[in-house]
Amino acid sequence: MSELFPYARTLRMRVAEHEGRAAVAMPAFAGVHGRPGFLHGGAIAALLEAAAWVALRTELAADARFRPINLSVDFMRGGRLEDSFAQADVLRLGRRVAHLRAVAWQDEAHEPFASASVKLLLD
Amino acid sequence: MGEAELFKGFDPAAFVRLTADHGHNALLGIGYAAHGADWVELRLPFRPDLAGDEATGVLATGPIFTLIDMVTSMAVWTRRGRFVAQATLDMRVDHLRAAAAGEGVTARGECYRLTRNVAFVRAEAWGHDRAQPVAQAAGTYMMTGE
Repeated sequence: MSELFPYARTLRMRVAEHEGRAAVAMPAFAGVHGRPGFLHGGAIAALLEAAAWVALRTELAADARFRPINLSVDFMRGGRLEDSFAQADVLRLGRRVAHLRAVAWQDEAHEPFASASVKLLLD
Repeated sequence: MGEAELFKGFDPAAFVRLTADHGHNALLGIGYAAHGADWVELRLPFRPDLAGDEATGVLATGPIFTLIDMVTSMAVWTRRGRFVAQATLDMRVDHLRAAAAGEGVTARGECYRLTRNVAFVRAEAWGHDRAQPVAQAAGTYMMTGE
């Protein structure tokens, strides 16, 4: 699967691979800049959400649809103006609700600068 | 208005104008709507390149998060009466309903508790109908300056 939704493409995200699973990469172009020297929190949230979208898409049938319930983001460190990556794990895939956790990193995947809990409603 | 002006009180409308051509804010095209002592309202117009689904033409949730981040951070500065360096610590957004196709979103952020180190905020976002919000949010900001 290589297609992302329009907003993700506008933020120049692309599907990448990390440790054999789908992930999302986002470059530090002007459109994701926030306060001087840092990525915008909104762009970071978008990256985490896209990682969850990609992870769930991978688990479901191609025509399966889902909608957002909520997204809770923890910002642990500022994101520098460099390429960022994010990947989500499916914590639980129920009949109606999928619960995922996404992390975003720049240098090391095990040292994320932000994480999110994402719940999606399966149609 | 230059950046130095930001330190003489806090003018939300001027702040939006000042940041409207920088970075992520410029990309989204968020505009000033209104403000009060501890709240700020901003508007995000719809554009096809901000959609979450090409087929439905509905605004993605990502831009709504940015809008909420902006109204809440500005609510903190408005309540303080000045700009201070701060960063989002956490933010939770509940998506209550999808925006309508082609519909933009307005959000109001409020700083309801302010301490020396942490600001507590909440926000609500709606499309065409103020009585049918598309999102509710709660979050915190950490002061990062001295």
